[in-house]
Amino acid sequence: MFARVFVRFAALVLAVLAANLAYAGDPDPKDWPSVLAEAQGQTVYWYAWGGAENINDYISWVGERVKADYGVNLEQVKVSETASVVTRVLSEKQAGRTDGGAVDLVWINGENFKAMKDAGLLLSSPWSTDLPNHALTDFENKPVLGRDFTEPVDGLESPWGTAQFTFYYDSASLPEPPRTLDALQGYIHAHPGRFTYAAPPNFIGTTFLKQVLLGLVDDRSVLSRPVGQADFDAVTAPLWAWLADVTPDLWRSGALYAADTTQLKTLLADDEIDIAMTFNPGEASSAIADGTLPDTVRSFVLDYGSIGNAHFVAIPFDANAKAGAMVVANFLLSPEAQARKADESIWGDPTVLAYQKLDAGGKALFDALPRGAATLGPDQSGAVLNEPDSSWTDALEAEWARRFGAAR
Amino acid sequence: MRLKRNGPAVSEPPAKVTAKATGAPPIYLRFFSWSAIALVFVPALAGTVYMFPMAFGGEGGWLQPFATLFGVPGIWTSILLSLWIGLVATAFSVALTSLFFAAFAQTRAVSVLSGLIRPLLAIPHAAAAFGMLFLVAPSGFLMRLVAPLLGFQHPPDWLLVNDPAGLSLAAGLALKETPFLFFVVLAALPQIDRRLTITAATLGYGRIWGFLLSAFPALYVQIRLPIIAVIAYSTSSVDMAMILGPQLPPVLSVQIPRLMNDPDLSLRMAASAGAIVQLAITALAIGVWLLGERMAISAFRSLSTRGFRLRGDGALRSAILVVSAWTFLVTYLGLGLLLLWSVAASWRFPDLFPSHFTLDGWLSPGSDLISLVWRSVALGIASALIAMIMAVGALELEYRRGRPIAGGGWLSLYLPLLLPQIVFVSGLSFLFLSLGWDANIFAVAAVHLVFVFPYVYLTLAASWHHFDRRYLDIARSLGKPPFMALVEVRLPILLAPLLTACALGFAVSIAQYLPTLLIGAGRLPTLTTEAVALSSGGNRRLIGVYALLQALLPFIAFALAGLGPRFVWRNRLALSGPVREISGRSA
Repeated sequence: MFARVFVRFAALVLAVLAANLAYAGDPDPKDWPSVLAEAQGQTVYWYAWGGAENINDYISWVGERVKADYGVNLEQVKVSETASVVTRVLSEKQAGRTDGGAVDLVWINGENFKAMKDAGLLLSSPWSTDLPNHALTDFENKPVLGRDFTEPVDGLESPWGTAQFTFYYDSASLPEPPRTLDALQGYIHAHPGRFTYAAPPNFIGTTFLKQVLLGLVDDRSVLSRPVGQADFDAVTAPLWAWLADVTPDLWRSGALYAADTTQLKTLLADDEIDIAMTFNPGEASSAIADGTLPDTVRSFVLDYGSIGNAHFVAIPFDANAKAGAMVVANFLLSPEAQARKADESIWGDPTVLAYQKLDAGGKALFDALPRGAATLGPDQSGAVLNEPDSSWTDALEAEWARRFGAAR
Repeated sequence: MRLKRNGPAVSEPPAKVTAKATGAPPIYLRFFSWSAIALVFVPALAGTVYMFPMAFGGEGGWLQPFATLFGVPGIWTSILLSLWIGLVATAFSVALTSLFFAAFAQTRAVSVLSGLIRPLLAIPHAAAAFGMLFLVAPSGFLMRLVAPLLGFQHPPDWLLVNDPAGLSLAAGLALKETPFLFFVVLAALPQIDRRLTITAATLGYGRIWGFLLSAFPALYVQIRLPIIAVIAYSTSSVDMAMILGPQLPPVLSVQIPRLMNDPDLSLRMAASAGAIVQLAITALAIGVWLLGERMAISAFRSLSTRGFRLRGDGALRSAILVVSAWTFLVTYLGLGLLLLWSVAASWRFPDLFPSHFTLDGWLSPGSDLISLVWRSVALGIASALIAMIMAVGALELEYRRGRPIAGGGWLSLYLPLLLPQIVFVSGLSFLFLSLGWDANIFAVAAVHLVFVFPYVYLTLAASWHHFDRRYLDIARSLGKPPFMALVEVRLPILLAPLLTACALGFAVSIAQYLPTLLIGAGRLPTLTTEAVALSSGGNRRLIGVYALLQALLPFIAFALAGLGPRFVWRNRLALSGPVREISGRSA
């Protein structure tokens, strides 16, 4: 009896000690010099979607810079679906691992962030708000930096860029694009085989579903609450009706969809489709700059606004190089890195920084950026619609798979 | 990917070893025999077994994962697709290969085509698939050729690749499997009595029908096991199916990793259940094939007694030649297109050639070519060398003992080629993860070895057993111990086959997709994993770069293997030539 109590007590003490040790081992960004010291010589494995050449090149440049400035070795692990990274970390947790995990940093947002947060797969203490460069971000005016698909960020991921759902087309062959849902529907019927989207669960395909849904529901506020609180079938019925109506006239008659934004761009470049979609408002200009698309390509948004969100980087709970990952996350928020990312000849991804918070040198970097002819100005980009609650993502993807995901 | 099956003699078990060398074999040689089993058989079996507890269980009862699996939209279509594609691709490859040899055995066409095909064996499946994609897609090269004639301004909205019935995937598989079977037959053919076909000819039978009736039954027995390996591969390929296969829904072997990548735990267990179903599908496909064999046999029997002789088969022979040549040319054309796309800056439809060229794909820092090539080559060389040393050890042990490695030992080498990769490599990756062995290059190399060793061993075994043992007897009679006889006499004489086996092992390693991805946790990308990852993105310039390099590395390895003996033995005519001439006696 006594022995059993003692064993239990000892186990408890050991568990608390172990937890404390693990906690004490996590670097604290408030003490930045010690983070920098610890990061020196670490190798950071950054799991990031690798489907776009220009983004990979940008990440490679980040690697050179953090190597030169902080002695951090950055390796991009190119993934095709971020969900696989969530699974990876989850498997490590289930296998009982607490450190030495494969993933040090992950490019993430939305339902994947929520999944990692809910399952306790992220670095448990808030860290991103204590990064030195966090003070430069525009969190006051950009609510998407504090709420990721309505899920509070809570300092568990660090913002990297913002995005707005945008269509683009070749104005040489299509003088006036359809700017309402009805017009788009009419256009698809009038030009069979010339429009498609990416198959969910690819993020651009799922976002297209949400974008159409936002244009069809009477009351958008139901979408900002968890899907469990809504009558899913009733709310989404107009969306499925709209899709069922256009599907026979989609590219490949809806038997095949694009894989992702890069393939949509390729299809437009090949003149297989007339309208492509992206989350990066600078994508069209960027593609003109690198010669992928003709210089007659232009962007547009639908009349009722378009979904905007932010994308982030996060550190798993068992990351091997947490300090190095923080150094990379902080560098990504530097004016130098953000201005280069916003440069349409490099990538064209909008910044998360507040211009007025920058010093003269930082402002000059952004002043020097040209805006390509295919990028919408602030007056043309329309209203920004909030992402639905992240629980809608899985529900929409599952229902889409049920209705359109199997050959008919 | 797994079956990068080059080279001859995969089909034949090692010849009976007759002469027994003196004394008990030393302990280090026994080690080789056991380590071969441990490194090949154990992982394949352990990975498969590990999937079972994962597939049965969960909160909703022990069959819940299967219930979840069969609730996935389109899963039955996926299952039927796997079965159908695997059988169609195999049937086409076997039919074309058989008909070709029936029509052209012992003619110049065989030697001409075999020269054309040899390099094809070294091309990884993924690279061949991309080449075919660039050739036959609606925006591909063939369509650009005919666009002016048909008046196409933009690519037609046709389902030529990724078609829901999986025909493009079956065609892609056949493009890779036909050359393999071609070489298997080429290796087996010398063992078929030539007098059979001559007798058939004197009885007035046409070439094709006469060959099928007289020589084919004996030939078929020789190539049966490789055919079953082709079925196993075709029903479960992952990388080729991701590139050319249907998508809504995909074949089962592509659906399994999708489910496995889902953070939802119940779907991951469903993926394990899917792996068990995959095992059953492959077994079922093999069963269907064996049933088909019986029906073919009785059909043959009744046809053979009807007395017709199909004497005028000239037109049929020409047709077979054209189809065979095209089957091989498509892959070459595809490689050419990979090269063009890798340097294309702008290549709009319907232009036949790029309007602007760029080296960005080769030079851009994000593509990280140097480290990818380095890692691919390091894995390839390491696994090929280890496999070769192990194979030499195992073969020397067989020689000293005077009998082949333990009973089923030889068959156990075939296990990794007969089990669907998605099943046991997934199981191994879970096993390694729970042991903390994953995500390092040694683990990846070890799993490469599972696939590399059987090929290296089986190719080397043929030359080893054909070696004229009197050279060794002379060395022994001059006082050399067995080890020195091995190192100073046998290995130098066998330099050419050793290097060829090494190059083959290297090619097999380069082509590995699933083991590299799953065991390496994605952290150890190679040219193959990067190329397949890009297939989702459709960046054709980068695909061109990766796929071309992926095809190029095995080419270089084989070229070096061919040059090696010529350089080392430049003053020994019989040792510097092709592998077949050094055997000392006829095969």
